Amino acid sequence: MNKNWKSLTVTMLTALLSGISIGCDAQDKPIRIGLVTFLSGPAAGPFGVPAKLAAEAIVDSLNAGKAPAPYAAKGFGGTPLELVVIDEAGGATKQVAELRNLVERQDVDFVIGYIGSGDCLAVAPVAEELKKITVLFDCGTPRVFEDASYKYVFRTRPHATMDAVAGAMYLLENRPGMKSYGGINQNYAYGQDSWADFTAVMATLKPEAVITTSQMPKFGAGQYGPEISSLLQSNSDVIHSSLWGGDLEAFMLQAAPRNLFARSQLILVAGEPYLHRLPGSIPDGTIIGARGASGVYAQKSPLNDWLRQIYKERADIYPNYPAYSVAQAFLGLKTAYEKAKALGTTGTDDIIKVFEYETFESPSGKVMMKLGKGHQAVAGTAYGTTRTVNGQITVGNIKYYPVERVQPPEGIKSIDWIKAGMKPGKW
Amino acid sequence: MGHLVAVLLDGLIYASWLFIIAVGLTLIYGVMKILNIAHGSLYALGAYSAASLGGYWLNHGYPPMGSYAVMLAAAIVVGLIAGPVIERGLLRFMYGKDEIVLVLVTYAVFLILEDFVKLVWGVDPYFIAQPYGLLGSFDIADLTYPNYNLLLFCAAVFLGVSLAWVLARTRQGKMLAAVIHDREMSAAMGINVGRVYFITFTVGAMLGALGGALTAPMISVQPGIGAETIVLAFAVVVIGGLGSLPGAALAALLVGLVRSAAVHYRPELDLFSIYLVMAVVLIIRPKGLFSVQEARKI
Repeated sequence: MNKNWKSLTVTMLTALLSGISIGCDAQDKPIRIGLVTFLSGPAAGPFGVPAKLAAEAIVDSLNAGKAPAPYAAKGFGGTPLELVVIDEAGGATKQVAELRNLVERQDVDFVIGYIGSGDCLAVAPVAEELKKITVLFDCGTPRVFEDASYKYVFRTRPHATMDAVAGAMYLLENRPGMKSYGGINQNYAYGQDSWADFTAVMATLKPEAVITTSQMPKFGAGQYGPEISSLLQSNSDVIHSSLWGGDLEAFMLQAAPRNLFARSQLILVAGEPYLHRLPGSIPDGTIIGARGASGVYAQKSPLNDWLRQIYKERADIYPNYPAYSVAQAFLGLKTAYEKAKALGTTGTDDIIKVFEYETFESPSGKVMMKLGKGHQAVAGTAYGTTRTVNGQITVGNIKYYPVERVQPPEGIKSIDWIKAGMKPGKW
Repeated sequence: MGHLVAVLLDGLIYASWLFIIAVGLTLIYGVMKILNIAHGSLYALGAYSAASLGGYWLNHGYPPMGSYAVMLAAAIVVGLIAGPVIERGLLRFMYGKDEIVLVLVTYAVFLILEDFVKLVWGVDPYFIAQPYGLLGSFDIADLTYPNYNLLLFCAAVFLGVSLAWVLARTRQGKMLAAVIHDREMSAAMGINVGRVYFITFTVGAMLGALGGALTAPMISVQPGIGAETIVLAFAVVVIGGLGSLPGAALAALLVGLVRSAAVHYRPELDLFSIYLVMAVVLIIRPKGLFSVQEARKI
C-alpha cells in the first residue's frame, strides 16, 4: 500500500511538473518574426539598416510593454517577439530561397520584409505557396496587388502611385508655369512604374507640358556622366527622379558640380532618407517625398514621439521613412494578432480574417487596409521643399494630401485611375 | 553639334574610367592567365581606403589639394598589402592548376574580402565628394564638366602609355613578355618566374585599388560596389581580348562611345548597349579584338 502511495505520488508530481514545464514553454515561447531587409549593398545605409534598427527598437519596446496605447500589451498579445534577420541583398532568386529557409528551417511565425519591388513581386507567390503570413513593409510597385490577388500577403504601406500623384500636384501648385520635364529613374519595376505614373499624372493635370528626356540607367549604374549631360541639354524646367540608395547619392554627387540643379527644378519622390546623408549635394528648393507622412513629415502624436524616442536611443539620430514603414508593419500585424486572440484564436486564417480591411494607428497617422481586397494599405502623404536653416538641411512649405486625392479606390488600377482624371474615391 | 560634342566627351570620360578599372585585370590575366575576380574587391578596398584617409585628411583641415596625394597613397598601400598577401598566401600554391580552379579561388577571395570590407567599414556609405569639385570646371557646348574628369582621362592615358612603355622598352618588360609567351622556357633561361608573378599581381592589385580611389569622389562608397565593377571590367577585358592592353583601351573607348550615344539618342538602349558591343565583337572575333594567336605545344 505504502509502495503504491509512493508510486502514485511520484507519478502525480512528475505529471504536475511536466504540466508546469509544458505550460511555461507555451507561455514563454516567443513569436518568431523573420525580418528581411537590406544589410549590405547600396540600399543598406539609407533604407535597410534604418529599418532593421527600427525593428529591433520596436521589438524591445513592445516586449517590455512600453509602447503607448493602443499597443501597450507586451509583445503580441502578451507573447514576446523574437527577430530572425535576413539580408535582402542578392536578388530576387536568392530571396525566394531565403523565404523558404525562413519558413521551413527557421520556423518563423510571420515574415516582415522587402524593400525592393522586384523582391516583393518574386516572394509574394512563394509566401502564398508556403501559406505564411508575409507583410511587405516598404516596396512601392502597385503591381503586387493590382496584377494578382493574395491571401497570405499584406502590404502595410501605401504603394508608390501616391508619390507621382502628390508629387505632380505639389509641383504644379508651386511651379504652375513649368512647361517641360525630364526624368531619371532606375531601369527596373519601381523606377519604370514611378516614371509611368508621373508622366500619366502630368498628362492629366498639365497636358501641355512637354517630356524632354527619360533616362533609365540600370540599377547600381554608379556613373551618370552621359545621363547628366542629356538632362542638361534637355533644358527641362523640372527633373523627376525616383532614384534611391547609392544610385541617388552618386547621381547627386555627380550632378551638383555640373550645375544641373541651377537649370532645372528637381523632384525626388523617394528623397527623404537622404536629407542628412548628402550634405551640400541636395540644393535648396528640391521637392522631397516620403511616401506618407513619415520621417520629417510625421506629425506629433504619442506614437510618433515613441518611435522617435526609441529609435534615437538606438541609432543616435531620428528615424527616416523606412523606419516608419517597418513600424507600420509591426503595428498592423500586432493589431490583427491581438484582435484575433481576443476572438479566441490565433490561427493563420483567423489572423488573416481580421487583418483584411483593418484600420490601425501608426506613427505616420491612420493606416487603412483598403486595397487589394483588404491586403494593401492606403494613407495620406506629404511633400515639402528643402531649405537650409543654420547650416542644417530641412524641409519647409509642407503640404499634406488626404488619401482620397492620392490613391485610387478599390477595383481600378492606378494607371487607369490616373488616366481617368484621378476622381477621389470614397474611403 | 552640341549633342555630338557631348556624346564624344561623355564617351571619352566614361571610357577613361572603364580603362582605369579594367587595366589591372587585363595585366594580371595577360601575364598570369588568372581571371582575377577579386579585382572587384581590390577596387572596393581602394575606394574605402581613399574615402577614409582622404576624409580624415580633409576633416582635419589639411590643405584640400593634398587629398589627391592621400587618395593615391591609399591605393598604393592597399595594393602593397593586399597584392602580396593574396599572391604569396594563396595563389602561388595554385599555379599550374586549371584556369577554372583559379577563377574559383579568386572568387572565394572576392567573397572573403567583401565581408572583410563590411567588418572593417560597416554597411554605411562613405563620402569624399570634395576632390570631385576641387579642381574647378570647364564649359563646353553649353555643358559644365568638372576638371576632375580631365584628371581621369589623363590618369587613363598615363597608365596605358607607361604600362605599354614598360612592357615594350624595358628589360623587366621583356622578361614579362617572355613569361607570357612560355613560362617553363623562361624559367629554364633563368628568369625568376615566381618573382615576375609576385610583382605583376602586386601592380595589378595596386591598379585595381587605384581605380577605386579615383572613383570614390564620384560615388557613395558602400558594400557591393566591387561586384558592379568587376562585371563591367570583365566585359571590357573580354571585348578587348583577354590580357591585351591595347585591346582593353580600344574596348573601353568603344563601350564608352556606344553607351554615351545610346544615352543621348536612345536612352532605352543604355542597359543593352555594353552587351550589344560585347556580342557583336565576340561574334566577329570570338577571342576579342586583340586576341593573340597561341602556338599549340606538342
